Amino acid sequence: MTDDPSTTALTDVSGLAPMAHQAAAPVTNRGVNPVPGQSSRSKLVERSIGTVALVGTVATVWLGIWVTPPDMIQGDLVRLVYIHPGVAWVALYLAFGLAAVSSLLYLWPRTRSLFWDRLAAAAVEVGVVFNVCTLVSGSIWGKPTWGVWWAWDARLTLTAVLLVLFLGYLALRRIPAEPEVRARRSAFVALFAAIDIPLVHFSVNWWNTLHQGATVLNPGLKLKIHGSMALTLLLGFVALTLAFVWMLLVRYRIGVLEDWLTANELDLALVERQSEGGGPVDEGTAGIGAMDELSTDGVAVA
Amino acid sequence: MWRDAALVAGKDLRIEGRSRVALSQVAPFGIVALVLFAFALGPDRQVMAKGAPGLFWVAVLFCTVLAIQRSVSVESSDGARDGLRLSGIDPAGVYLGKAVAVAAQLVVLELLLTAGVVLLYGARIQVPWMIVVSCLLGTIGLAATGTLYGALSSGLRVRETLLPFLLLPISAPVLLAGTRIWQAAMAGGTPATGMQWLRLLVVFDAVYLAIGVVLFGPIQETA
Amino acid sequence: MASPALPSSAVSLRDAVALSGRFPLLSGVDLEVAVGETVLVEGPNGAGKTSLLRVCAGLVPLVSGRLSVFGLDPYRNRNAVRRRVGLLSHGSHVYDDLTVRENVRFAVRAAGGDVARIDPACVRWGLVGRLAKTSAGKISAGQRRRVALAVLTARWPELWLLDEPHAGLDAAARVLLDRVVLEAAASGATVLIASHESGSVADLASRAVTMTGGRLTAERSLDRADGGRAPSVVREGPGVGGPEVEVADAAPLEGQVAHVA
Repeated sequence: MTDDPSTTALTDVSGLAPMAHQAAAPVTNRGVNPVPGQSSRSKLVERSIGTVALVGTVATVWLGIWVTPPDMIQGDLVRLVYIHPGVAWVALYLAFGLAAVSSLLYLWPRTRSLFWDRLAAAAVEVGVVFNVCTLVSGSIWGKPTWGVWWAWDARLTLTAVLLVLFLGYLALRRIPAEPEVRARRSAFVALFAAIDIPLVHFSVNWWNTLHQGATVLNPGLKLKIHGSMALTLLLGFVALTLAFVWMLLVRYRIGVLEDWLTANELDLALVERQSEGGGPVDEGTAGIGAMDELSTDGVAVA
Repeated sequence: MWRDAALVAGKDLRIEGRSRVALSQVAPFGIVALVLFAFALGPDRQVMAKGAPGLFWVAVLFCTVLAIQRSVSVESSDGARDGLRLSGIDPAGVYLGKAVAVAAQLVVLELLLTAGVVLLYGARIQVPWMIVVSCLLGTIGLAATGTLYGALSSGLRVRETLLPFLLLPISAPVLLAGTRIWQAAMAGGTPATGMQWLRLLVVFDAVYLAIGVVLFGPIQETA
Repeated sequence: MASPALPSSAVSLRDAVALSGRFPLLSGVDLEVAVGETVLVEGPNGAGKTSLLRVCAGLVPLVSGRLSVFGLDPYRNRNAVRRRVGLLSHGSHVYDDLTVRENVRFAVRAAGGDVARIDPACVRWGLVGRLAKTSAGKISAGQRRRVALAVLTARWPELWLLDEPHAGLDAAARVLLDRVVLEAAASGATVLIASHESGSVADLASRAVTMTGGRLTAERSLDRADGGRAPSVVREGPGVGGPEVEVADAAPLEGQVAHVA
């Protein structure tokens, strides 16, 4: 029986100091590539991304509010262009795209690993936050511009549908189930949503243009962007993307911790179950719980 | 696969024939929905006639959710779902069979609702074939996605609330397309106006049927 | 014991662990069942007997360990394996709105069984006349069991997984069940019976294994000291012994099981 030392598996949990393994049985490692010290490295990366994102966002806001000039037509309202398209890009494309691709990778037998499932879940959760920000910032922009808090134009509607799909995904994940079962179910839902989005996109576009004619859409694109505005816009995009990445990393790490916690419970359960018969506890099968939960994590931060 | 599909469809339809849930519960629900819409929109027949396409399709969507719930709950009698899995029957066949059975029930419901809309809202249909085609294509799409999501949520206790939440956003294209085609059919527009929507429906149906045939098996084993 | 599963073994489990949520149903099972063997699985409630049968039927995947049924993984090669395996579980997989006969018909056809055997099986298990036309939702639990058994009898699979088969059956049905199991064994089928009733069932099996805490903890042979099998429970007909069990009365079904290639 090969028993690897238990601590190596535990140091994979980034940021967490190696703990003394409390169950009596050793942890069997399957395919874990323990990289001692990765925890401190990934911690550093996470911190630095977070800091840069924060600084970038603050800089964007400062530039946006005080340095760049107001638009001729829209006045100060145009300053939302530094935030709104940025969060929209993150929510609609980055978060959703990442969730879809991750789910696909989870379902594909070759690359099946709970890493992708956790990544997808983290992406969707953070995506919801950005999605709501998109709708809110768009709403704030829309009221003075269009006169209404909400308009059924194609892009807004699509964003709203996407939000509902995201929430459906999260609702499904809250149902207690084994990680693999939950992962599969969620991955299927994400996949179906991903397939649906282009269909909804076309439908809603046709729906709207046929119905209303020209709509005041894409407020951002109507502006001539140059000079300090261009710089701020770019900075905003970058900062918000980094903010997403940072939140993603943190949420992912939380997911790993959650699963590690539940996995540890399985070891105890196995031991108890076997001792029901009054016979010896099988060392080989104990530790199964911690096995796959952690083997899929090389917390892959570049 | 086709033989298994026919077997399962026959079984589901026979069960429906005996228990008459679709006829005695879902259909009245659809009619009640139409009546409630009328209350909500006021007695102005102009408004109701104009809204008829959308209201029809919303009512159809509600009925779809109920029909899917029923289709899924049939399999939970005495562990029948396990029985289907154990028999080694082709899961793609099960998917198609159940989808066909749901579609058949929906078609009957739509006939009823169409009559309801014409009578209650005073809707006038100028181009009937568009109505027929849109209903058929829309039904296929709803049955395909519904059976798929039904399978996803089949083992779960919160299925009743989760299924509509998951299914309805996915069905949005069907709702939009169906409504637009109906509007064209009522306004007497040329077929060209409805064509791109019909094409969308065909794509939607093809995509989800294909997904269902391929993925129903894996999904079943998960639940 | 590191050799791979031999082709002559019907069921082979090695260190099998199966989960339900976080609860280990099986916590490391080692079991070999040869083709044509009849094995009794005993154990207290909650020991994992049902889970063992379900795992063999391919309903529950293993998280570790190895399992092969007729040389195949029942979870991965589902369709190939499932048609050769029949599971009698606690529920009877019956649709309430269909009649008894329709249920048997559907189940056999779904499993790809021989349609011609449906009627004889129904007759044998007493699902005739008015009962055959009754909605399955209205019949008793024992009658539901008969329905499931009729399906099995019509299908006549190569591997029979019976979970508490006697539960809910009246005396006549029990006798019939024992007879059918004997016929199945005689025709070369492999039978796994999970049961609390050691009495009559022990006469059917050649080996008994005990499960506790999710794994096998004991095993004993049930063959008699004289080397022959225990006398069958069928009273009428000539005395029997040895593998050619002669079942005398009501025409037994022709259950020729194709042997594993």
